[in-house]
Parts: sequence; C-alpha cells; structure tokens
Amino acid sequence: MAAIKKKGLQTLMFAEPPFITSSASLVGPKEGEGPWAKDFDRILDDYLFSEKTWEKAESKMLREAIKLSLGKQKLQPQDAELLLAGDLLNQIISSSYAARELNIPFLGLYGACSTMAESLLVGAMAIDGGFYERVVAATSSHHYTAERQFRSPIEQGVQKVPSSQWTATAAAALVVQKAGTGPRISCATVGRVIDMGQTDGANMGGAMAPSAADTIATHLQDTGRSPDYYDLIVTGDLGAVGMGLAGELFVKAGLVPSPNYSDCGVLLYDGLQGVDSGGSGCGCSGCMLAGPLLRKIKNREINRLLFVATGALMSPTSSFQGESIPGIAHAVAIENM
Amino acid sequence: MNMNNNEQLKTAQQEEYHHLVNRVKPKPPVVKNCLWAFVVGGLICVIGQIILNYLLSMGLNKQDAGSLDAIIMVFLGALLTGLGVYDDLGQKAGAGSIVPITGFANAIVAPAMEFKREGYIFGVGAKIFSIAGPTLVFGFVASVLIGLIKLWMIK
Repeated sequence: MAAIKKKGLQTLMFAEPPFITSSASLVGPKEGEGPWAKDFDRILDDYLFSEKTWEKAESKMLREAIKLSLGKQKLQPQDAELLLAGDLLNQIISSSYAARELNIPFLGLYGACSTMAESLLVGAMAIDGGFYERVVAATSSHHYTAERQFRSPIEQGVQKVPSSQWTATAAAALVVQKAGTGPRISCATVGRVIDMGQTDGANMGGAMAPSAADTIATHLQDTGRSPDYYDLIVTGDLGAVGMGLAGELFVKAGLVPSPNYSDCGVLLYDGLQGVDSGGSGCGCSGCMLAGPLLRKIKNREINRLLFVATGALMSPTSSFQGESIPGIAHAVAIENM
Repeated sequence: MNMNNNEQLKTAQQEEYHHLVNRVKPKPPVVKNCLWAFVVGGLICVIGQIILNYLLSMGLNKQDAGSLDAIIMVFLGALLTGLGVYDDLGQKAGAGSIVPITGFANAIVAPAMEFKREGYIFGVGAKIFSIAGPTLVFGFVASVLIGLIKLWMIK
C-alpha cells in the first residue's frame, strides 16, 4: 500500500495543514544590534543571562523562549502535549535541561543547524497524524558554547578567514496546533545527507550548500511547483559563501526561473558586525523564522515561504579523524491559506 | 563494475564541486595579513629586546637575562590574554602574535580560563595543555633527539 500523505520521493503533504499559532525568540546582544532588533521578543544584555555558565544560559534561553511562545496565547507549559527540540551541544543538553524544568513530554532531535525545520516537520507530522493537538518546536544555539565545543577557547588569538561564520546566540520556539489561526504548514521535504567531500571547517556554507540545493530541487520536483510559487525560499545558515554556491547549484539543477532566494545567515547580521561570511547555528534560522519571517507572513508581505534549514553533521572527533563534512537540509512550506 | 562506476562518478562530482568552492570562496587578504603579522610580531620582538638590553645593563649575565626576559614576556602574554586583549590582537596579526613566546602563553592561559567552569581538576588541570600540549610533546621529543645526536658526535 502506498503511503497516502507522501508525494514523490521525499515530500510529505499534510491533509489538514497544521497552524503555527505562536512564536517567540530570544537573542544575544550581538544579534540585537543587527537589522531585526524589533522583531525579537527579548534581547539579552549579556551572554550569561544571569547564569554561571554559557551552557546554562543557552538552556535558559531555550526554556524562556518556549514559555514565552505559549504565554503569548495565555497558555502554561503543561498545556503543550509534546516538545520537540534540539541544539548543537553534546547530548543536546540545552534542550534536555530545558525540558527538565518544563514538564512537557519531550523528544530530543539532532539535526545540527537544521533542527528548526526538523522539529517543525516532525511536529506537523505528529499533528496531522492525529496524535497531538498542540506541540512546541524549538531550538537554540549560543556563540560561546559552540565555540568552545567545536573550535578553540574564546581568548585564544586565532585568525578567522573570510569564509568562516559566526554562531548566533539565539533561541526560538514555535507553537504548532491542529486548530487555530496563523500561517499553515502545507508540506515538508525530508532531506538526504549529502557529502561533497568538503573538509574545511572554516567553510561550513560550502559543505552544506549541495544539500540545500538538493532538497530544494527535490521539493519542487515532488510537489510539481515552480520556484516562483514561493514568495521567498530561504536557507538556514549557508552564509554569503554558501549562498553564492547554492546559486550556482540552482543553475546546474535547472531551476528556472531562479528562485526568490535568500539565506538567514546573510540576513541576521549587517555587514559591519565582523561576522565574515554570516551567521550560523540552530538559533540563526530559528530566530529569523520566529521573528522577522513570521511577522512578514502575518503582514502578508510574504504569503508562501519555503524554509530550508541546513545542518553540517560533523563532530570535532570526526574532523580530527579526517572525515569530510556531511550536510543536510529539510524544507518546510509555510503558507497563508 | 556498476559500483565502481558510481564511485568514480561521485569522486568526479566532488572534484568538480571542490573547484567551484575554490572559485567562489573569498581569498584572505594575504598582503594585509602579512603586514599586520610583520608589524605586530616585530613589535613584540622589539619589546623583548628592550627588556633584554635593560636586564643586561643592570649587570645580569647573558643567560640569566635571557631567561628572565622570557619569563617577563610569558607573563605579559598571559596578562593580555586575561584582560581579553590577546584574541583581538590575534584576529588582526595571525602568526605575528602566535609565533612569539607571548603566543605560547596565550595558548596555555586561554584554555585554562575557558575550562575553569568544569572545575580545577577536570577543567583547568586536564585541559590547560589542550592547545599547547603538542608543542610541548614534540618540543621534548626534538630536544631528546638533538641530545642523542650531540652524544654521538662527541663520541
């Protein structure tokens, strides 16, 4: 028997598209100095958020974002039936420790920086499958927790290269419901892991761009939509270098007309903030969706958005063992209906 | 056979993509970086020389003055790391601030500061040489080798 809600190779079509009824975002000071300060619910004064360690601060940011997203609908954490969350830290501690305080049934996800799309699409499946009525999809990243895990100590004097990216300090949470008001998740495409043999940890956009192009091309093929069906196709955190590469790959994949395309990593900061190629991290695409992008959808500046969060699935161990960097991208179509 | 062809195709695609990445990727400003490295690295050495000359003028012999000079430069590197200045310097100067002995101090103090939150034993104690460790290990290996060579030559 064929799967009734699957179309083409990798795309899920939701029979009753779930609603995104609420969203919340918390960002760090640097993100607050960027062009979207008004769209974020809260901008932190410092990176520790009154905690003793950066890890605790990140977990608290995620917890507060989840509470805030529910609070906007005058709901308590226990009103949510399921929490889907993930982050970049080993054993996804930011999410697990946030869930410890919240008392919501919890499924932890790991998709590196693609987690916002992954949690949204799993949440939409859980709702359209009839298992839940209200789930929360959330993710977080923190510049200093990511730096110390993946790169070098903060005070060490190393020189960055122009293709390197800045991990965003941000947490985002979206409430997805079976019924309500707001934009709806019409379909989603689960991405494949694509590895083009890139090993440069200072050029993650280059490692992830092929997976983004593959998922977007597959999504359009599966749904039979043309690129101009969407008012905007936005990738997660390819940065300027990865975005340029994705543009080249669109041409190679024969995407005509070429998509109205941008990237959250390029949008999150303005050019003078010393972030080289752009932003990255789970929170980068997360806060851009929860903040500016959903605001634009609500104002009907954007009616059809294809949100394609991208992740690089390596670890420090795999890098030291000489492995290349595999990329993944999941696409979620968010539409005013 | 089919498997082999697929492997070849994949390698060809990866190579093609690698060329594309190299074409699109912005090049680091080499000349600017070299100038910064030269000026900052040179200045650090000049400061070291001034201290050395001062110590010699105070009547210390050459070996003692050299040791004390190194100790002072390590202290300065550690101090600037603690004040949060050395990483900003490193972003501009690159090898200019990594290669001198102050860079070595930075490579030890930075992880020590970073991992203090995991405690003094498994944090500071275990991680303090996580960056400088290789330099120490291979420095010791080199000194042992050179010692052996000298031993043979004297025989």
